[in-house]
Amino acid sequence: MSFLGFLKSRKKKHKTSSDPGRGILGFEHTSEVIKAENVLKKAGWDIRVMGPPPEIRSGCDLVIEIPLIQELNILRTLENVGTPPMKVVPVSSPLLQPVDLFQNKDFGKYLMIRAANMKLTVEKETGTIVNISGGGCPDVPYLASKMVGMSLNEAPSPREIGHTLCGYALQLAYEEMRRR
Amino acid sequence: MIGVVGTVPDQDFPLVTGETRLKDDSIYIQGKQILVNRGTPALLAAAIKTAQVLDQGAPFGYLVGDVGLGHGSRRLYEYLSGHLGKRDFNTIVFHYLQPDVDWHNRVLFAIEEMERRPVLIADAGFMYAAKMSGQSPKYDLFTPDIGELAFLADEEAPHPFYTRGFILHEKNRAPELIARAYTHKNAARCLLVKGKQDYVADREGIQATINSPLEEAMEAIGGTGDTLTGIVTALIGTGMEVARAATIAARVNRVAGFYAKPTPATQVMDIIQQIPTAFAKVLGENEEGELWEKQS
Repeated sequence: MSFLGFLKSRKKKHKTSSDPGRGILGFEHTSEVIKAENVLKKAGWDIRVMGPPPEIRSGCDLVIEIPLIQELNILRTLENVGTPPMKVVPVSSPLLQPVDLFQNKDFGKYLMIRAANMKLTVEKETGTIVNISGGGCPDVPYLASKMVGMSLNEAPSPREIGHTLCGYALQLAYEEMRRR
Repeated sequence: MIGVVGTVPDQDFPLVTGETRLKDDSIYIQGKQILVNRGTPALLAAAIKTAQVLDQGAPFGYLVGDVGLGHGSRRLYEYLSGHLGKRDFNTIVFHYLQPDVDWHNRVLFAIEEMERRPVLIADAGFMYAAKMSGQSPKYDLFTPDIGELAFLADEEAPHPFYTRGFILHEKNRAPELIARAYTHKNAARCLLVKGKQDYVADREGIQATINSPLEEAMEAIGGTGDTLTGIVTALIGTGMEVARAATIAARVNRVAGFYAKPTPATQVMDIIQQIPTAFAKVLGENEEGELWEKQS
């Protein structure tokens, strides 16, 4: 193969979702994933939170997709904050693509924002969170009990107190609501 | 007797089992009080109210505290796998538990040891585990919302948030998603799909569509799906056929919402209080034609 042909084949391979240059970090608890995501994003790494591929799925967990070439540096960063992953898996099959679009519903006095399966409703005038609905993970009732009745500025963010993908989806709705 | 299995949003809440009681806006079980706002307590409150209307005994609860870390859920899974086989329920509903395929399977093994096989209903986290385990057909009823239905329909997705290409707010894809869930054996014998329109479906297709009354605010109110699951559980507990119970429950939940005059700030207990009035209205209607439309 010519050098140009080699470059072309490499470029093509990097466009696929089963790119061997990407890897997955698996953690014991979803809350550790959220913490690791915060740390790695602050450190400027090109990472993203995904759903686990079928071969390593184990419930309501998240995984972090990383550039495999930076594995050692990323692991060092996580070990320094006490959140090492349980396993590192090279991406060898297509990953699932997350749904990350918002839907808004204006009730006049209230605004509801939906992110994936979670819905956050706020009284516009006061910014008070009046309802949270959707989601089937066991942290949803907990998140609602801590957030409903509080203003957007006072309420804890789902990222801080949530533990599951439902909490993560609620975080997206919460960020979108605050942005407005 | 019906059994209700789920969690409450309090890390320190112990594992409790026993007959449940509803007083004002709280559930009481084994000397513990739980405020009803959403989740399993809302399901229980609706089931208790419905059981009272139907002159049935109170549900037997299995509850534990879990704020999403899964510790409480795992203790409850373990308890169930050791104790459920010796119990006798005609209906069991599994609700907000951290999905765990291994523990889910152990609970199913325990159910197989029961002298009489109960009607099995799953919703929320336990429904996710049932689907992920590949054992959905062992259940009699799943009660997903439209996002969860997309999850059931996607034979690869591990969670509703990671369904492939199923955009949650695309218009009315429910019939297609229901068919796909059955094609890949990821649906229970009957589905009650909760949403702007409620659907009752089985392997043969949609059997009923319930869409009135429509209160737009209901979508924002946390716990309205839980109350629907509670109502249908109590109806099935009377021995009613599953699809028929699902159809009546969907109508009762909507009428209860209507009577609560909801706004997006309404809390679910206000709707639960309307269940007896809603039953009076629905049971007074013509069961043959006016309650629901059967799809041709």
